Amino acid sequence: MELTRMTAAELIAALARSEVSATEVTQAHLDRITAVDDRVHAFLHVDADSALAQAAEVDGKRRAGAVLGPLAGVPVAVKDVFTTVGLPTTCGSRILDGWHPPYDATITQRLKQAGAIIIGKTNLDEFAMGSSTENSAFGPSHNPWDLAKIPGGSSGGSAAAVAAYEAPLAIGTDTGGSIRQPAAVCGIVGTKPTYGGSSRYGVVAFASSLDTPGPFGRTVLDTALLHEAISGYDPMDSTSIDAPVPPVVAAAREADVSGMRIGVVTDLSGDGYQPGVLSRFAEAVELLESLGAKVTEVSCPHFKYALPAYYLIAPSEVSSNLARFDAMRYGLRVGDDGTRDAEEVMALTREAGFGAEVKRRIILGTYALSSGYYDAYYGKAQQVRTLIIRDFDAAFRQVDVLVSPASPTTAFPIGERADNPMAMYLADLCTIPSDLAGNAAISVPCGLAPEDGLPVGLQVMAPALADDRLYQVAAAVEAALVGRWGQPLLSQAKGLDA
Amino acid sequence: MTTPTDTLVPFAVAIERYEPLMGLETHVELGTRTKMFCGCITTFGAEPNSQVCPVCLGLPGSLPVVNRMAIEYAIRIGLALNCSIATWCRFARKNYFYPDMPKNFQISQYDEPLCTDGWLDIQVEGATIRVGIERVHLEEDTGKSLHVGGATGRIHGADYSLVDYNRAGIPLVEIVTKPIEGTGANAPEVARIYVTELRDLLRSLRVSDVRMEEGSLRCDVNTSLSPRGSGVWGTRTETKNVNSLRSVERAVRFEIERQAAVLDAGGRVILQTRHFHEDAGTTTSGRSKEEAQDYRYFPEPDLVPVAPSREWVEQVRAELPELPAARWTRLQAEWALSEGDMTALRNAGAFEKVAETVAAGASPSDARKWWLGELARRANEAGTDLAGLSIKPAEVARVAELVVQGALNDQLARQVLDRVLAGEGTPDEVVAARGLAVVSDEGALTAAVEAAIAANPDVAAKIRDGKLAAAGVLVGAVMKATRGKADGTRVRELILEHLT
Repeated sequence: MELTRMTAAELIAALARSEVSATEVTQAHLDRITAVDDRVHAFLHVDADSALAQAAEVDGKRRAGAVLGPLAGVPVAVKDVFTTVGLPTTCGSRILDGWHPPYDATITQRLKQAGAIIIGKTNLDEFAMGSSTENSAFGPSHNPWDLAKIPGGSSGGSAAAVAAYEAPLAIGTDTGGSIRQPAAVCGIVGTKPTYGGSSRYGVVAFASSLDTPGPFGRTVLDTALLHEAISGYDPMDSTSIDAPVPPVVAAAREADVSGMRIGVVTDLSGDGYQPGVLSRFAEAVELLESLGAKVTEVSCPHFKYALPAYYLIAPSEVSSNLARFDAMRYGLRVGDDGTRDAEEVMALTREAGFGAEVKRRIILGTYALSSGYYDAYYGKAQQVRTLIIRDFDAAFRQVDVLVSPASPTTAFPIGERADNPMAMYLADLCTIPSDLAGNAAISVPCGLAPEDGLPVGLQVMAPALADDRLYQVAAAVEAALVGRWGQPLLSQAKGLDA
Repeated sequence: MTTPTDTLVPFAVAIERYEPLMGLETHVELGTRTKMFCGCITTFGAEPNSQVCPVCLGLPGSLPVVNRMAIEYAIRIGLALNCSIATWCRFARKNYFYPDMPKNFQISQYDEPLCTDGWLDIQVEGATIRVGIERVHLEEDTGKSLHVGGATGRIHGADYSLVDYNRAGIPLVEIVTKPIEGTGANAPEVARIYVTELRDLLRSLRVSDVRMEEGSLRCDVNTSLSPRGSGVWGTRTETKNVNSLRSVERAVRFEIERQAAVLDAGGRVILQTRHFHEDAGTTTSGRSKEEAQDYRYFPEPDLVPVAPSREWVEQVRAELPELPAARWTRLQAEWALSEGDMTALRNAGAFEKVAETVAAGASPSDARKWWLGELARRANEAGTDLAGLSIKPAEVARVAELVVQGALNDQLARQVLDRVLAGEGTPDEVVAARGLAVVSDEGALTAAVEAAIAANPDVAAKIRDGKLAAAGVLVGAVMKATRGKADGTRVRELILEHLT
């Protein structure tokens, strides 16, 4: 079988039996990147030599009989917001063009410890702000289902890399839906773990109270394997949770929903939802019922305020988090010609270095936090956040998990919403509530929308630290649907065939 | 921007017309081994930018983690200042751009400080003044800029600037008083004594080395004036750069004199930051606060709230060392001194010297006698204070001990102190080297007495006639002959034995 078509679980097994070497696996993926990435543009940086060196090290250790990590020899693509020694970290921004961080993010370290091969850094909306990767300073990524369509965002490069078989696994971050929405529109699996379940140390901050690193895979089990490898307490992150990692891999293998109470969020449907998305979602709910789950409808009345609250809280944190990009210590410096003072150089650099969406959010957030407006904007948004948490608490007293579409529409054409921020923001309508509440959620493919033949994602949401329930439900859906289709959904992606 | 010479009103005149109101904000660098939010060590004076890491440099992706010891030190300070310790509080971001601030925000505390609502009792001219403490909160220090070239030493006009981030992230505690009112003409002195007693308190808590000259204790002084009888508080100014105890007093005095002149002329005091100049004892205007900075405080999302358990707080309370006020009361009782005696000791700057001398074995009365008497006189002659004398309290205790043992008399003891002050060594070394010891050889003394009688027949005759007071002349002659080494009491006895 072609190495790039194998799942991570299959690769791990083949590597363990020495049927294939890490070097061969890595080379196969590097070849695939060479073959397709000029069209997909999933990657910002690929260092073949470094990837092959990592692979050779794994192979050497395996030959020597050393104990290897759970992902030994498996290539992983990493979103370009994680610091990586040896690879640049740009966050898709001119302002960090060429920055080589002197330290590894905790998740980078954990990937290395797990034996994963960091094959490259993936494209994203600048500083993870966006839903299409069109806000990348280095050009958009393309959806492997249809290269004229967006791959979602902000972790669109990671999702596209996995969907295009350039890597079996990828890491992203989810702040408002930046893992689940790209997973949905690329027809793969993506998880936003419980906030604090995966370390933020070394993740260049977008909105600190929301940012959550998480895994992408082509299958639920692969996603769980990566989830487990990167998760767990990190003393370098004060908001990290000191608790055991939920048994996500076991849950993915169990794939049993009989007797599980599943709530359909009635507030996440209706106007603005594409008919094909709603019909595939309805079928998925019927499927869950047929698999023995007890399905009920649940109302979360404050979810309709989630989007506006998010667009006050996230920009407020952005306005502070991005203040450090001032040309003084690293990154871009503009206008330092000996005639200008530090403040002018800072202003010129930020003017030249940040894109329009980043500036929009810095200005929004600066306004929302300013004296006299704080209570009306940031303060009120935090109150809404509390109400959303209460909606979830009430819902999870009735059901074990909640379900909804992962995004209101399938992948839209590149350029269609680029000049309409509000339309772009709506792509995260279904995913934002879980970010605001800090609980766990996954997107798993549930079919193609009849009207455009593009993938639809089913979102499953679980209480904080019950991430395993996501995998239990997603794996059950995946098994039933793949059984019905006779092949993985992604096999129908034809964007790269032409 | 700066007025070269401000019009001033003489202090006494200003106080007649206006009542001063003060508020002091004191920043204390904590002496924790590591920084506030990372593991970098905090040694003062290290090679620039050698004690830094991704966290205190604010590199993209780095995150702060609270130093538990800094929280404990702040709780210690809060308890010593009679504050309530929050059961739950948060850090906040104070946002502003400055090149020595790595993240362009400072992690501080805003509306949820760790310690609130306490007080510090200070002694001013024999009376106790209770200074209210509004809050004690934790924050991180910034880096240190060195602006090279230009006239002012500030960033504007400099040729270039260097930044040392070793200081960035060092834990700072900010102690903010409530408005201090009703001090009248004593206001400048109250300000100085408050900072002095606060410094002594912090030193006793062992939370900081409290060195103003190294910047580990820094003071901002807020001053405003109210026209007497108006009941209306005026606009305040905030004077920064006040880096010595004396400067605290001078800064308040200057601002009272300056603001009084502005108000007398029908002007308006501007809400602003002012810089204190050590050399001139003046302040000049800095940033105007009215056009200024909106810091856009909001809760620091990278840190979980701090919720010190009551058990922890009580443990810190139980482990507090003896505080200066309690020690004062205890020592007063142990030394059996009156309040007046104690105040005299404090005013002479002799309290700690006496305490250390007693601790080294001297009796309280001897320690007090030497420090307030002979040594105060020597310091005065040398144009310094007791702290400026090179003699150690243990050496004073040793001299006192030699007197008690009879090895020295007071006259010899003064000579020993002189020699020690002159750097000739310890008291024992001086006694040995100079042969300074009381002559206790009865035969030698008798011979000296007889020689003195023989040399002064007139005086001897007076004594024989019953005029015993004249014996002093013969005692003096014997002392001179023995170069002060004789025991005066015994000499007098011998003279009277011979002549009566």
